[in-house]
Amino acid sequence: MSSTESEVLSTRRGSRVVLLWLLIGLLGYFVFPWYILEDGFFSFEWLDGYPFDTDYAPAAFLVFQGEKIWLTPLILPLLLPLVVLFRQSSRRFFSTILIIAGASGVFYLFAQGFAIGIRGFNAEWLQALFGELGDRQFGFGYGAVLLACTFLFYLTTGIASRGYINGDVFVVGAIGFIISIVALFIFFPIAQMLSSALRDNEGVYSLSIFIAKFSENKIWGLACLTENRGCGVAWNSLFLAIVVGAATTLLGLVFALVATRSGFRYGNWLRALTVLPIITPPFVIGLAIILLFGLSGTVTQWVAGVLDLQPTRWVYGLPGIMIAQMLSFTPIAFLVLIGVVEGVSPSMEEASQTLRASRWYTFKTVTFPLIRPGLANAFLLGFIESMADFGNPLVLGGNYDVLSTEIFFAIVGAQNDQGRAAVLAIVLLLFTLTAFYAQRRWLGKKSYITKTGKGDGGSHSLMPKRIMWPCYTIASVWVVFTVTVYGMIIYGGFVETWGLNHTLTFKHYITTFAVGINEFGIHFKGTAWDSFFTTLKIAATAAPLTAIVGLITAYLLVRQQFHGKDWFEFGTMLSFAIPGTVVGVSYILAFNVPPLELTGTGIILIISFVFRNMPVGVRAGIASMSQLDKSLDEASLTLGANTWRTFRKVILPLMRPAILAALVFSFVRAMTAISAVIFLVSAEYNMATSYIIGRVENNDYGIAIAYSTTLIFVMLTAILLFQLLVGRNQTSRPFTQSRTNVG
Amino acid sequence: MNQSELKTRAASVEFQSVTKRYGTEVTAVDNVSLKVDAGELVTLLGPSGCGKTTTLRMIAGLEMASEGRILIGGSDVTRLPATDRDVSMVFQSYALFPHMTVLENVCYGLRASGKNKKQSIERAEYGLDLVGLAGYGSRLPSELSGGQQQRVAVARALVLEPQVLLFDEPLSNLDAKLRRQVRDDIREIQQRLSLTVVYVTHDQEEALAVSDRIIVMKNAMIAQVGSPRELYEQPASEFVADFIGEANIIDVDITAVNQGNATVQVGEVMLNLDSRGLEPGSAKLAVRPNRIFIDSRNTANAAVLPGVVEKATYVGDRIEYKIGTEQGVLFCTSETTDRQVAELTEVAVSFDVTGPVLLPEDT
Ligand SMILES: Nc1ncnc2c1ncn2[C@@H]1O[C@H](COP(=O)(O)OP(=O)(O)OP(=O)(O)O)[C@@H](O)[C@H]1O
Ligand SMILES: [Mg+2]
Repeated sequence: MSSTESEVLSTRRGSRVVLLWLLIGLLGYFVFPWYILEDGFFSFEWLDGYPFDTDYAPAAFLVFQGEKIWLTPLILPLLLPLVVLFRQSSRRFFSTILIIAGASGVFYLFAQGFAIGIRGFNAEWLQALFGELGDRQFGFGYGAVLLACTFLFYLTTGIASRGYINGDVFVVGAIGFIISIVALFIFFPIAQMLSSALRDNEGVYSLSIFIAKFSENKIWGLACLTENRGCGVAWNSLFLAIVVGAATTLLGLVFALVATRSGFRYGNWLRALTVLPIITPPFVIGLAIILLFGLSGTVTQWVAGVLDLQPTRWVYGLPGIMIAQMLSFTPIAFLVLIGVVEGVSPSMEEASQTLRASRWYTFKTVTFPLIRPGLANAFLLGFIESMADFGNPLVLGGNYDVLSTEIFFAIVGAQNDQGRAAVLAIVLLLFTLTAFYAQRRWLGKKSYITKTGKGDGGSHSLMPKRIMWPCYTIASVWVVFTVTVYGMIIYGGFVETWGLNHTLTFKHYITTFAVGINEFGIHFKGTAWDSFFTTLKIAATAAPLTAIVGLITAYLLVRQQFHGKDWFEFGTMLSFAIPGTVVGVSYILAFNVPPLELTGTGIILIISFVFRNMPVGVRAGIASMSQLDKSLDEASLTLGANTWRTFRKVILPLMRPAILAALVFSFVRAMTAISAVIFLVSAEYNMATSYIIGRVENNDYGIAIAYSTTLIFVMLTAILLFQLLVGRNQTSRPFTQSRTNVG
Repeated sequence: MNQSELKTRAASVEFQSVTKRYGTEVTAVDNVSLKVDAGELVTLLGPSGCGKTTTLRMIAGLEMASEGRILIGGSDVTRLPATDRDVSMVFQSYALFPHMTVLENVCYGLRASGKNKKQSIERAEYGLDLVGLAGYGSRLPSELSGGQQQRVAVARALVLEPQVLLFDEPLSNLDAKLRRQVRDDIREIQQRLSLTVVYVTHDQEEALAVSDRIIVMKNAMIAQVGSPRELYEQPASEFVADFIGEANIIDVDITAVNQGNATVQVGEVMLNLDSRGLEPGSAKLAVRPNRIFIDSRNTANAAVLPGVVEKATYVGDRIEYKIGTEQGVLFCTSETTDRQVAELTEVAVSFDVTGPVLLPEDT
């Protein structure tokens, strides 16, 4: 009797899982092509010539043909669990065997992958040990990935049978899975980047070179203070980020006050503004600024005409970037602050007023101190946004160099200096991580309480007069400006050549999106269709993956208790603070060579979207899961369902709105992303945003703007459809939190 | 399958020195040992925060004991998670799955344990019939009243024929009248199917009405275990005496103990009571309000305590009196509602022969 019964039960459940993964592992070893395919994951050309063509062969066929014999030992850990599978064995033995099989399998798989690359042995000591190999291998393909999963889940099942988390195979598996992919696609690339910054051009580690590169004058120089020259890029970025952070916070606060405290009836319409940054690709504002203030911009020309001056390029550089970023990021600060301002309980203010305080005194002593943490939060978000922003500086930068664009030019420019790009990326990462850390440390928990209802009753008191009028003025000017900017974007797409010939034309739309009929049926003639379809395809593939990863993570965070949960949370939210340019550089450095050879594929784009947007999915999941009564899960468990069934049958269906939200937002964000994308696109997988940037660089503004407008309308449609499907109230939360790591 | 009967697989539950700690600070259950026999309805009763819910959740497997062993049906389930225990629970909030119909809710556990669809539905319909909700299967939980939802939750747990059925304050969301009816229904089903039920409540009347035995808890420990009558008539401590029904606690002197019989002196009155292991000396006596009699005429008797009516309150089926005596203010009730003793009247107070009970020392 006693504990043996529970042992039998849990090993029996474990056995079923192990059997499943054994079968998948067998498929991976015997059926699917082991190496990555030249023509992409989604092509099925490999069926031709399969299974004997060595490019497409599964591991088993390679080994039988006497090739890649180092793949042979993998069969051992794969089959090892058979020892415990079809017979009674003690739980201890069961778990020991699985842990050995899983751990040794994972280890050997990656060891051989990293040891043997496209030029044979990767390290000299291996060559010294085993002699010249005379053979080589490419990156992991389907087969290797399946086998890696098998080994991973052997390991987690083994750990679960040890009794970890009540022996729950699903939960331990999920934790193991999330940790593995976060390690592989967030920490591994960052580590690769660090290590490449520490090496010189010959690949030799050298701290002095790192220090020399790191402390370079181009990064930290302070010449602008003493002479008429530019400062280092780090200072440029920092200055810009601080100014933009402060300005967006102030403007956000003004809007929040007007929306909630002015008695202005259409205040709620202001909220519509908050959708704009979600659906606007980040550089589009920059484009509009050029149309207005550029050399041939409307305003520049007009002013020059009136004052009889020579038009200048004044907007390129700090002023332009600043205006564009303020326009882009103010709505984000507004989103954060409107929650905070509404969260201040009206009864506090009423209490203060019954104590004979005037409105101004109340505002100064009660309201303002209560929203101060929210202000700090908005500032840090604006700071991170500005630091990470890539599109606007690229379009408007002029001579004002910032970190994110310098990284890009270090890689694509004539220099192609990956080490320098890595160093710059580290500097940028240091800034954003510090801000991220500060945000979580001081404010994280506090500032997210956005109350929707007015629990205490009563209504918010109005702003004092002396700040009401300034607020109104600023808000109106701003609204007019924003409307002009978006008007420009739409109008600009229909103009022949901006600044020279303002005749209206459909030319740009026809060039980009023309459709014709030929003998094969519909023919997509426009130049943009290729990148447009690629974008749709990649965004649509990334969205469900993001949602799945995000929701599983949220489930683990909200519903399960385990050691190291704080670190787990930190790791999953970290990509929040990693600027897209840094992701781009680190992915190029990490995934350029076997065993993870992904550059130039569509997969690398998908992966980068999944991990960059993961925090959005996690937040949407956490927000809606913490509203589900925990007794629902518990009822399901006591009714005999296991955690996996509970997750599928109870939690997932009840989270449908959150799932939809995560889907739509990761889709939209994938369509607007540029900073990481621009490093990762290839001729075959070109994305809409990088195509547009290419047009801008050729001064093809008409086409760039026509394409951007189309994208904005596509995304607007997606969001409106979503609102129709789910209803307004449920969306407000993911909305609030969906756009806090652009760039 | 003959679907007319739900089989009973009732099993006993046993705690052996079980302790549950949350973190390092909170000890929610402290070294508790208890046994619930198969087919018995046992109530956990106690003030808020005393550890009732925690005890129940440990039986269900939703919390793991920090120390000690838990046995169900004789086998050790201490480390077994909820899924693998043959225990069902009815939650205070009912926890009906809002996205499933009533029938799907009741089928849920059956499907999870591998029954096929047809069998599950047959069984679920029988379960709904049992709780008087035949024909409600296609509704959503949100389309039912509170009492009906409660009964669906019961049916959902019952159809699994669990070894043990748990209830955590199942009636607290119902109004007073419905509470009495649902409580009787639960008891009736439990007896008919002879289920093992562990039932949590902090309403002592509810506990007295439904239980075979009651476990009174205080500060994470068991204060007393016994049948409703034992607890009411033989409370083991001042805490239990006061928590179950009301009691007057009076300081008394035990003058002599003879073969388990104590001679007790209350003022001038001498009582002959079960000594309950006490030695001569000062002690405490618990007397229920309805076991104290007052008489306004015969005040000069030696076997009575003299007292004065301080307050008399008419509450319908009885009259409540507060009587000032030398032993303090006594609270007593009288069923004689026709004639009310006026305030400030001098009265003679006497005790029922079987009512008063000596309290062992509180530890
Ligand atoms: N998850 C938890 N973490 C920390 N302490 C807890 C937790 N759950 C319960 N406690 C503490 O354990 C003690 C017992 O709680 P329990 O829920 O068992 O009380 P209860 O008897 O059911 O009370 P009530 O009648 O109010 O429901 C309480 O002091 C409570 O604060
Ligand atoms: Mg409780």
